[in-house]
Amino acid sequence: MAALTDAPTGVQPAPAPQNRRRAPVSRPRSVLITVARVVLVLVFVLPLLFMFVSSLKPDLQIFADMTNWRAFLPVGDVSLDNYAGVFDRVPFLRFLLNSIGISGLTVVLGIFVNSLAAFGLSRLQWRGQQAVLTAIIATLIVPFETLALPLLWWVNKLPSIQLDGFHLVFTTGWIDTYQVQIIPFIANAFSIFLFYQYFSSIPRELDEAARMDGAGWFRIYRSVVMPLSGPAIATVAILTFLPIWNAYMWPLMVVQREELRPVMVGIQYFFQLNVAWGQVMAYASMITIPVLVLFLGFQRSFINSIASSGVKG
Amino acid sequence: MVSTTPLAPGNEPAALTTTRRKSARPFAGGQRRPTSARSRESRTAAWMVGPAGILLFLFLVVPVVLAFILAFTNARLISPRPAEFIGFDNFTNLFTDSVFWASLRNNVVFALVIVPVQAGFGLVLALLVNAKVRGTNFFRTVYFVPVVTSIVVISLLWKFLYQLDGLLNQMLVRVTFGHFTPIDWLNNPSTALPAIMVMSVWQGVGFHMIIWLAGLQTIPADLYEAGDLDGASGWQRFRYITWPGLRATRTFILITITISALSLFSQISVMTQGGPLDSTTTLVFMAVRSGYKQLATGYASAISLIFFVLVLTVAAIQRFLTREKV
Repeated sequence: MAALTDAPTGVQPAPAPQNRRRAPVSRPRSVLITVARVVLVLVFVLPLLFMFVSSLKPDLQIFADMTNWRAFLPVGDVSLDNYAGVFDRVPFLRFLLNSIGISGLTVVLGIFVNSLAAFGLSRLQWRGQQAVLTAIIATLIVPFETLALPLLWWVNKLPSIQLDGFHLVFTTGWIDTYQVQIIPFIANAFSIFLFYQYFSSIPRELDEAARMDGAGWFRIYRSVVMPLSGPAIATVAILTFLPIWNAYMWPLMVVQREELRPVMVGIQYFFQLNVAWGQVMAYASMITIPVLVLFLGFQRSFINSIASSGVKG
Repeated sequence: MVSTTPLAPGNEPAALTTTRRKSARPFAGGQRRPTSARSRESRTAAWMVGPAGILLFLFLVVPVVLAFILAFTNARLISPRPAEFIGFDNFTNLFTDSVFWASLRNNVVFALVIVPVQAGFGLVLALLVNAKVRGTNFFRTVYFVPVVTSIVVISLLWKFLYQLDGLLNQMLVRVTFGHFTPIDWLNNPSTALPAIMVMSVWQGVGFHMIIWLAGLQTIPADLYEAGDLDGASGWQRFRYITWPGLRATRTFILITITISALSLFSQISVMTQGGPLDSTTTLVFMAVRSGYKQLATGYASAISLIFFVLVLTVAAIQRFLTREKV
């Protein structure tokens, strides 16, 4: 875990050689540290464990088990009934496909558009380059919450083309579309900044060699710079994916039609007077597990991308 | 603006394919290139930067400018009539709206508690994980799990935990042998906001642990070795080596926690809807309620502007307070 932040953004550190030859921690201290660590594991894990375990139990048993440790154990009347209940109640598969499609497209288009812009900014020489770069970085200070409501008004005025049967229909307003959940989030100043920083660490001699061989700029972008930028691509992919998958406020406002909803907004189906908590926990588990699996699979990349977001300051 | 750069359609292929240039050394100081090569390079840059530029302009610059304009109009989300300028009416209405003051107060209280607690707790976690004891990777991963879990899921889960007959009350009754009287955490004006604070720290602290960790790892090892040679105690090591070494990290963490604390929305929307008695309403929640539910875009823009000014002010103050002292 050496040199996480002083290396170019998003660079994968070499597999964790502890570079610090510090005096070893004394024995009683190390016991104390371990105890603290384990207690904290319980603090962070128990609520989530409770969620997964409760999703397997009927409501009556969830409440009965709360008074003891059985609340955290999959024991008693365990079944997948709550999951079946969720599928009966909401078009879960549709929501899931929507979420996968929306976040997948945003990630892919985002990587392409932002890296291309960063390449143009870092590798080519043109008038106004510095001003554009400064302007892009300056926008990082604006939180999305500031512009969400004006943006809502604005997208409601934008022209839109929709497919109605076999006809293309021109309409006004992006409300209730897929594009309104994707297009505003493709270009991202922070992604451009991350790519820009990373590209600066790739030697320009490589470009020149390619130019000698007659390669054009796009060719250099595609065949020289991008293949060397794996870590930056992973970072941008993760930092784009998480907020889009977890987005709530924006889809809540722009999507009313059921068939266009992403999974997070689907949760609203369960907001009612008599909440079926077992089903809620099943739904919550189902939309959490995909991200958790991705996280556990690409742990190092996830953690590095978060760490590299600290370079922003 | 980038987006205004003309994109002549016929130009891309020329720029795309091989344009042999002898003198094409980017950033070669003093060397002047033929104008044609130069303008070709500009055109290539235009179509490369253009898409991102246009999108940023349309979905970031325009809405921000709109916020400044719409805040002084009576614009509605859906309305047959065009918006009219109404001067400062939105702001005067806001300043006489008790919900606005409640929101502002909740935002400030929430940030004042969350910023030190989450930053401090995050640092403790980072130090714990950074200590040379086995299993670092495992613990770091576990503490990070709530961060990748959606705040909507977390809010829903904790809403259940906080219920009158929920897990938290049951456990508290159990460990106090029945002496604890269950509290309806989210329906009590004096406990609702603190309950949301606890949950928010629980969810977000792993993020800042990682940032602190990255900062810790930039501190050169020889400083610690020198400290050990001088016989520095654990506290002295922290006070004179670790803490000064984290200066840049500190500024970043303070600013990001503050901004995310001020942006509080999802938790409120899922758990309390601003209640009970406006004890958990926030500026962003209020903006969404007026701009989306009540269709009052003008009013919502005014709230968004005030929110923006608040964020800018706090960030500027923090940057000033944590600046490098010479």
